[in-house]
Amino acid sequence: MIHLNPTLFESLSEAERDAVFRGHDELSKDLAATGELVGSAALAEPANTKTVRVRGGVPAVTDGPYIEAKEHLAGYYVIDCDTVERATEIATRIPDATLTAVEVRPVMNASGLEM
Amino acid sequence: VTVGHAIEDRLRVLAPQVLGPLVRRYGHFDTCEDAVQEALLAASVQWPDGMPENPKAWLLTVASRRVADQLRSDEARRRREDTVAAYAPTEQHAAADDDTLTLLFLCCHPTLSPPSQLALTLRAVGGLSTAEIARAFFVPEATMAQRISRAKQTIKAAGATFTLPPDDERASRLRVVLHVLYLIFNEGYTASSGPDLQRVELSTEAIRLARALHRLIPDDGEVVGLLALMLLTDARRAARAREDGSLVPLAEQDRSRWDRSAIEEGVDLITEALARAPIGPYQVQAAIAAVHAEAPRADDTDWAEIVGLYELLEHLAPGPMVTLNRAVAEAMVFGPQAGLDRLAALDDDARIAAHHRVDAVRAHLLELGGDEAGAYAAYRAAARRTTSLPEQRYLEDRAMRLRRAE
Repeated sequence: MIHLNPTLFESLSEAERDAVFRGHDELSKDLAATGELVGSAALAEPANTKTVRVRGGVPAVTDGPYIEAKEHLAGYYVIDCDTVERATEIATRIPDATLTAVEVRPVMNASGLEM
Repeated sequence: VTVGHAIEDRLRVLAPQVLGPLVRRYGHFDTCEDAVQEALLAASVQWPDGMPENPKAWLLTVASRRVADQLRSDEARRRREDTVAAYAPTEQHAAADDDTLTLLFLCCHPTLSPPSQLALTLRAVGGLSTAEIARAFFVPEATMAQRISRAKQTIKAAGATFTLPPDDERASRLRVVLHVLYLIFNEGYTASSGPDLQRVELSTEAIRLARALHRLIPDDGEVVGLLALMLLTDARRAARAREDGSLVPLAEQDRSRWDRSAIEEGVDLITEALARAPIGPYQVQAAIAAVHAEAPRADDTDWAEIVGLYELLEHLAPGPMVTLNRAVAEAMVFGPQAGLDRLAALDDDARIAAHHRVDAVRAHLLELGGDEAGAYAAYRAAARRTTSLPEQRYLEDRAMRLRRAE
């Protein structure tokens, strides 16, 4: 999960921004080649966010994010790899890790063992 | 069983028997494996309209033609690059049985990562399509295709040949094969409570492959042990989850729903193996499963016997998961505190201390001992840590039950 600070990102030079995009392209290509990439998406700006609440069965839709913060969730990669160590290693290659931070979290699965 | 299913089953048995001769004749495992997949696909489309007289010969012909075409089109490039075929065709004739065994060893090559070993084994030996394997592992087809193609490149680069491993490597290579089959089984077994009915039954497939391996190496006690373990575990399948997918713990399962014939077969296999083969971890695990399977009610379980078997297992194959299970068994014989004491040994074990199953077992033992507040906290901790939705639901349910009881 890639957290982005838009103010920080806008302060980058064109070359720096290009390097970020290039880093993502290269990472996607490498992860596809290793068979570890399950999916990825870049999420639009919070300005495009709609927040939905349902109270007492009545939906209310408002403009803007649920949580107001300097950073927002800007995108994610879903990967399938052997270990947590490998996952964090991949995360170090996400360019945004040098600017803000990248969170690594397991995806819940439908498998389970009776106890 | 529909005609389609009968044909699919037939094709999957034939897959390794067709691939073997092809690789021996042409070399190029990679190309041959793709060709067999295409032949299987063609057969699944054409055979329902009429089976060929000799299905194996039909597949061999179609796949051979495909390989020849591919090699011809590659020829110019290969001449330029002057590459040496990694799989030098060998002239000796091998039986279909040897081919299947050789393929298993090749697909479980030690240079491959476990996920690649699993995928390649299911495709080349199991005859499953990439799409089926991808669905079974919940990844996109392109991801799985890439994983399989990379696995084939890796064993090519390792210079592996289409021959059985030399005698001095055979035991260690067989251990890898057994582990791969075990992982395939577990992948299927743990997922069988999930909502996705479109999946190929991986546990069934693992049992089929283990049966084939047992037929090829009838004297190996660990092969028998693994097959028995799978049968005895899979026998609980119908009872281990409710209709809604929630998990039922062993002690609460409706044992009348256990598969008696699978239990009988598993018990017979493990009894015979224990009597004559050198003991090994799979045999001990199968023996433990057999003790559970033979108890008519949970209360009838011979826990003392199970404690003894876990001691033996810890000696043969020590590991935190074994200690964890031993703690449960000891609690049943010597009381909850004995189990909790054993569990304390894992607190400093970095491999498992943060694992949700430690908290789950601790919760269970605390509950047995009457410490409801402690059990509640441990169930909640386990529920927070697991990445399995059905396990999380089970653990939350246990916690809620204690809260209600307060």
